[in-house]
Amino acid sequence: MEKIYLLIVLAPLFGAIIAGFFGGKIGRAGAHWVASAGVGLSTLLSIYVLSRFISGEAEVYNETVYTWMISDGIRMEIGFLVDQLTALMICVVTFVSFCVHIYTIGYIADDEHNWPKESLAGRNSYQRFFSYISLFTFSMLMLVMANNFMQLFFGWEAVGLVSYLLIGFWSVRETAIFANMKAFLVNRVGDFGFILGIAALAMYFNSLDYAEVFAAAPAHADTQISILGDTSWSLMSVICILLFIGAMGKSAQVPLHVWLPDSMEGPTPISALIHAATMVTAGIFMVARMSPLYELSETALSFVLIIGATTAFFTGLIGIVQNDIKRVVAYSTLSQLGYMMVALGVSAYAAGIFHLMTHAFFKALLFLAAGSVIIGMHHDQDIRNMGGIRKYMPWTYWTSLVGSLALIGFPGFSGFFSKDAIIEAVHHSQIAGSSYAYYAVLIGVFVTALYSFRMFFLVFHGEGPRDEHAKEHLHESPKVVWIPLVFLAIPSVVIGYMTMDPILFGDWFKGVLHVLPEHDTLAALGEGIHGPNSMIAHGFMGPALYLALAGVFVAWFVYMKKPSLAHEIKTRFDFVYLILDKKYYFDELYQFLFAGGSRGIGKLLWNVGDKGIIDELIINGSARTVGRFADLARNVQSGYLFHYAMAMIVGLLLLLTWFVIF
Amino acid sequence: MPFEMSSLIPVLPEIFILTAASVILVVDLFLKDSQRVISYGMTQVSLLLAIGIVLLTDSGARQIIFDGSVVRDSMSDVLKIAVLLISAGAFLYSKDYLRDRALFKGEYYVLGLFAVLGMMVMISANSFLTIYLGLELLSLALYALVAFNRESVSGAEAAMKYFVLGALASGMLLYGISMIYGGTGSIEFSAVAEGLANPNANKMVLVFGLVFVVIGMAFKFGAVPFHMWVPDVYHGAPTSVTLFLGSTPKIAAFALAMRMLVDGLGTLHADWQGMLVILAILSMAVGNVIAIAQSNIKRMLAYSTISHVGFILLGILAGTDKGYTAAMFYSIVYAVMALGAFGIVILLSRGGFEADKLADYKGLNERSPWFAGMMLLLMFSMAGVPPTVGFFAKMFVLEAVVSVDMTWLALVGVFFSIIGAYYYLRIVKLMYFDKPEDQSELTAGLDTKIVLSVNGLAMLVFGLFPSSILTVCAIAIAQ
Repeated sequence: MEKIYLLIVLAPLFGAIIAGFFGGKIGRAGAHWVASAGVGLSTLLSIYVLSRFISGEAEVYNETVYTWMISDGIRMEIGFLVDQLTALMICVVTFVSFCVHIYTIGYIADDEHNWPKESLAGRNSYQRFFSYISLFTFSMLMLVMANNFMQLFFGWEAVGLVSYLLIGFWSVRETAIFANMKAFLVNRVGDFGFILGIAALAMYFNSLDYAEVFAAAPAHADTQISILGDTSWSLMSVICILLFIGAMGKSAQVPLHVWLPDSMEGPTPISALIHAATMVTAGIFMVARMSPLYELSETALSFVLIIGATTAFFTGLIGIVQNDIKRVVAYSTLSQLGYMMVALGVSAYAAGIFHLMTHAFFKALLFLAAGSVIIGMHHDQDIRNMGGIRKYMPWTYWTSLVGSLALIGFPGFSGFFSKDAIIEAVHHSQIAGSSYAYYAVLIGVFVTALYSFRMFFLVFHGEGPRDEHAKEHLHESPKVVWIPLVFLAIPSVVIGYMTMDPILFGDWFKGVLHVLPEHDTLAALGEGIHGPNSMIAHGFMGPALYLALAGVFVAWFVYMKKPSLAHEIKTRFDFVYLILDKKYYFDELYQFLFAGGSRGIGKLLWNVGDKGIIDELIINGSARTVGRFADLARNVQSGYLFHYAMAMIVGLLLLLTWFVIF
Repeated sequence: MPFEMSSLIPVLPEIFILTAASVILVVDLFLKDSQRVISYGMTQVSLLLAIGIVLLTDSGARQIIFDGSVVRDSMSDVLKIAVLLISAGAFLYSKDYLRDRALFKGEYYVLGLFAVLGMMVMISANSFLTIYLGLELLSLALYALVAFNRESVSGAEAAMKYFVLGALASGMLLYGISMIYGGTGSIEFSAVAEGLANPNANKMVLVFGLVFVVIGMAFKFGAVPFHMWVPDVYHGAPTSVTLFLGSTPKIAAFALAMRMLVDGLGTLHADWQGMLVILAILSMAVGNVIAIAQSNIKRMLAYSTISHVGFILLGILAGTDKGYTAAMFYSIVYAVMALGAFGIVILLSRGGFEADKLADYKGLNERSPWFAGMMLLLMFSMAGVPPTVGFFAKMFVLEAVVSVDMTWLALVGVFFSIIGAYYYLRIVKLMYFDKPEDQSELTAGLDTKIVLSVNGLAMLVFGLFPSSILTVCAIAIAQ
């Protein structure tokens, strides 16, 4: 099996290297073939691995493949841990990635238009794009298959790097550069917490290996440490919260969510792959993987829960007032990531991962469908300019409908099972903050339905596009674009129904995710539910379904039936509208406080510290000193033999007096 | 004591190299100038066969033969294989260079083989007399090699200086040995060690002798202040000789230090540790700082050698198995790095053009991205940038020094390697960011190109798998 696992990871890397370094030689077709073939191979092998786990043939694999170094007993290694959780994740990652590879062939076909003529960066941009997405797939696989914290960190940073490169892919656009810098900086904040968490683990457990840390963790459940002065902190809470800060950056949780909407500056396939389906869920995956640690700290779980609930509700609200098609989907992603975090907070790790999986399919679908619309609209992304596109793009229309229904949790669609499980799990939880979270996620359902169908109606129904010119050219996207949509639509419908029982209530994650009996909200929920049909029946009894339907209705009424109403609400509640439109002023605040503040400090340090002390005194000063000394000492090397012999004799006398006489 | 043929088996590799050198000497007499490649081929085959013989005659145990004059243990095996292999590489790189300059003669290889033999004798020495024998054999061969280009004035001058200073150093070494003999009554290492353990031994005389012995060793290493010959000789000798001189003898010098100081004078550790501290700090300081002021790459690498010697000494002076292992690792890695770096110098040079100015490296990336990449790896490795093997070499040495509570010394080492990073990175900057002044194609043969690529990539590969060599060194030292 080890060879298969290695192949899964290395095939995309191979594709990335070939497409990246030899892009000019192999040409466009060569690049997309080699990249897609690498990821395709990984997909097939991942499905094979998953099928072996489903049939029960496979055993959990936890081995080291390469030891980089051992320092003070801490082993720095590359190793794979492949269990049910990993198998599920690699399937999701490779499958979505494969669909995106195919889709990209159509999406980026005429990328030359996006670059100024003769631009150096625009040369071979097509091949570079494929190289990046394959590299991303490799990094993400390294992350999810890691069996130790060092490799986790490697994958974590590598996906962050590729995300940075891809957000700023069109590097000639100023907005893209701003967005990728923002993503990078915000993630720095999160990663700072993350690496501190790993450092704390290494310090107290003296190991970076998952299995060793998890085995030793219960012994530290009551350990108290002091960080500043005499205050006493629970070790596990500190570690878990630090790690979670990393997850907040990567999975865009409030207040580190600000980078994700801006990341929409990148090409749409990237938004689907990285900023919806896979990378942003790395935080969710990480917390679920660390469940043995999080279970030991209720403080950390409450923290996760409250942050998640806040993200789920408040970012959803912003989605209602957005007019850029991709930004609506982006805020929806933020909100759904909040749902997943909520699930983790109430120890329903399985529900979190389940939602991660269903969300990966339907959100990738929605993004790619949005991309297809954008292609049709010639890169106009404003939904107010759209409308009536249903007639022109039937495939895009129907798949979008599937995606939207899955997103709002319409009974039977995949999103229904995962979202309902989360809401019900929160309902059963007793942990601090759970009642707040319950109302947040419940009302969130209404909000989700409202923004999803607002966008859906505005884009596909009603009067045709405003611009007559755009209307003339509107037609369905090429096959390479809509076939991946169909690929993704199928699991968006059925995957929930098929896998709900084993994942949520069965023993698929047994021995993988650790839940203490007193936290086990899913077990409490599972008592009343037997199979997916009973879950659907149960859904009709709860408020969530009716809230979703109400959301759809309100969207239809306000934006289709009486469009004047929308305008009236906007003017009547312009205060609320303004706050939402300004996204609660997070950007302004950060821009002023952190960006402005750091620039101020930076300027000060630059003038005094850098220019004065470092440049003048230390760098130039020491360089001058060394240089002068070197010139001087060089003269000692006179070339005269007797000088050389003299130096030896002096050395001899020096050593003699020093060691013999004293 | 009756003489037994079986006692010759452990020294079979040395006997083989001696025979090979003599045979090549005779064969070469009957070759025409166009047939010199036969001498070259025979030399390479002999070196490779010798490696095979070392491996075959390895008994796994520590054997002492010839009345305690010669020792064969796993450290000697590992070092000998390293010496033979790296010498083979050095001869391979120099072939085209010599041919272009009408220096492609049989004597070159015969002298080279005698130098190799001298190193092997040093590596296996178990008494002061044997070690002196090996040292002189090596030195005499090297003196002649430095002056190999008889038309070159600078070559002759360098050889003269090397010879005179070498004689002075040998004299000091012999004087030191006589003092030790006077103090302990023996020149055989284990007997010397026993004699030193005797509480009645005259400490004053012994330390007096020790100073002279350390100086003899420091001269061979090229440690400051006994380093003055190094830049002149590296600069004056033909590049092919510099290549040979700059690589394998460092391994032999390491063996010299291990045999004399550790096997023989181990009980005086407290005394020689202090001396090596001084030599190490001076070497790192002078080597790194003066290298900055050089505009000739051969001279620059000469000073770089001096600084690396400082690091090797750090490992030895730690006085623990960990330190010896680190120093052994360092000296082998250094020999390979130096081989590669001078290999690049040879690669760039051609008939009438030496490529020994730093300016000759400008824009190498545009002329040959692949070999610019190799040089990049070599320079990174010398500077100690991870993940190249040079980083681990430095790290293991520093770790050993820290583990004997001499953290301050490790800090000094780090401080000077930071200064040293400047001149290695300057080469990288010249190669990648400057415009080439010279657009001619690289003309080296395919064999050189392949081996040089392997040489460069080894920096990376062993950096990713440092434990492969380290384990071998640790086992060798533990015996």
